[in-house]
Amino acid sequence: MVEVRGVSKQYGNKTVIDSVSLQIAKGKITSFIGPNGAGKSTLLSMISRLLTKDTGEIYIDGVEIGKCKSNELAKKISILKQSNNINIRLTIRELVSFGRFPYSQGNMTKGDWKYVDEAIAYMELEDIQHKYLDQLSGGQRQRAYIAMVLAQNTEYILLDEPLNNLDMKHSVQIMKVLRRLVDELGKTIILVIHDINFASCYSDYIVALKDGAVVKEGHVDEMIASNVLKDIYEMDFHIQNVNSNRICVYYA
Amino acid sequence: MNDKARLGILAILSAAIVAIFLFANVEGDWSYVLERRSIKIVAIVLTGVAIAYSTVMFQTITNNKILTPSIIGLDSLYSLFQTFIVFLFGATSLTTMSRNVHFLLSVGLMVIFAAFLFKFLFKREGQNIYYLLLVGLIFGTFFQSVSGFMEVLIDPNDFQALQDKMFATFNNVNKDILVLAIVGVLATIGYSYRHLKFLDVLSLGKEHAINLGIEYDHVVKRLLIVIAVLTSIATALVGPITFLGLLVANVAYQVLKTYQHKWLILGASLISVIALVGGQFIVEHVFTFSTTISVIINFVGGVYFLYLLLKENKSW
Repeated sequence: MVEVRGVSKQYGNKTVIDSVSLQIAKGKITSFIGPNGAGKSTLLSMISRLLTKDTGEIYIDGVEIGKCKSNELAKKISILKQSNNINIRLTIRELVSFGRFPYSQGNMTKGDWKYVDEAIAYMELEDIQHKYLDQLSGGQRQRAYIAMVLAQNTEYILLDEPLNNLDMKHSVQIMKVLRRLVDELGKTIILVIHDINFASCYSDYIVALKDGAVVKEGHVDEMIASNVLKDIYEMDFHIQNVNSNRICVYYA
Repeated sequence: MNDKARLGILAILSAAIVAIFLFANVEGDWSYVLERRSIKIVAIVLTGVAIAYSTVMFQTITNNKILTPSIIGLDSLYSLFQTFIVFLFGATSLTTMSRNVHFLLSVGLMVIFAAFLFKFLFKREGQNIYYLLLVGLIFGTFFQSVSGFMEVLIDPNDFQALQDKMFATFNNVNKDILVLAIVGVLATIGYSYRHLKFLDVLSLGKEHAINLGIEYDHVVKRLLIVIAVLTSIATALVGPITFLGLLVANVAYQVLKTYQHKWLILGASLISVIALVGGQFIVEHVFTFSTTISVIINFVGGVYFLYLLLKENKSW
């Protein structure tokens, strides 16, 4: 379980996260939603120790992340940010093998390569695993990065806008993979996601942030309701049930 | 052709060029000539390795392939130190001062400056590495202006003597300093060896590195100090020569297709030895000492730098 207790973060004089407390359950997909500048990515970065928090505590399975060795933490929790500009020329297979670094420290064993092969297979990248990253389409590259996170084999996987710049087909493909990771492998996934309908169709639990604070959190059914969303986004939503999924219509 | 074969060819080439340098045109007393040339070769190999090693590390940490450690102002500080000595005590002091003292003072000053800079940077957590580069760049410009100011005040003859110090040269390296430098470089490389495996991960960028369990600030701080020590030793030994690093690191990236730093650093070091020994050979036998090696390095390096800029420009 991930437990956030009274965490705050300031950039200069601006408070971006204001004393946030929440609990994230194991074995579920939890989505962070909210308008731009609500502090979703900042919170995700603090949970994954990419950013330091000013005050408060974050516990992962009962251990405060500041007291845990970074390398041990890398075997428990992994994060993928939205922009991944890598300056070196790597093949997919090489990139995925980096996911084993917390275990191998650079000396890859047969066991490590087995994890790499499995991750590549899971993301259906076998055919193109020897291609270089700069030869790939956006969707293929995103799958390659997710494969790297899979090879890291952590219980908790944090993704910051994994659907950024992907078309509908690839978005659905990625969300289905995430769903499978939770249902088949028992992973815990925390997402920052902008498309409210993807959050509605694929997550178990939704946390809504606004101006650096949690405005509301709950199961999908309670969160995807027009009055709740209106509070968060300050606009009108029409919600309809389509094939037992709750779909928001807000385009016009 | 795979990377191992390419490295093999580089190794053979550098061995061959070292042999040519040692045995070409030996006249008179063999043992005397060979001893003089061996000292030069050792100095060249030492400088080449230190520059290649520090530049490749620096470029990985900054994620930028057209930077060299000179951007944090170590070269300018070295120049300022030389100018300051001449300004205070006259040009004769440069020649009469014990070489060992001079060497140790130069290295000490540069390392202290770098340590001060890094301490200032890492006091505030999560500081951007480019902030350090900017601060270093400003200090470098400041040092240059101060030395420029002193240079216009000193005696023109002193200035002439000073200018010789500002160009890298292998012609007046002596044995005592060389021993000090060897000890320094070996100790530093030995210390940083266990951090080498982190470099591959660092080349993915800060966020991936932290995600993969690297204590980023801790590791980067140590690597920066290693870079500063190596650059300082090389500069104090032969003069400002960090531009060479840009040249050899980028040639190494082009020749070797790997991302692994153990091979990249080895390759860059070998290329560095080839460039320096070749350059020194040209200085001695083609120009008969009428120019210095840094002029050749800067000329070739400058042309290559322009080529890199144009090529990067095209790839976007």
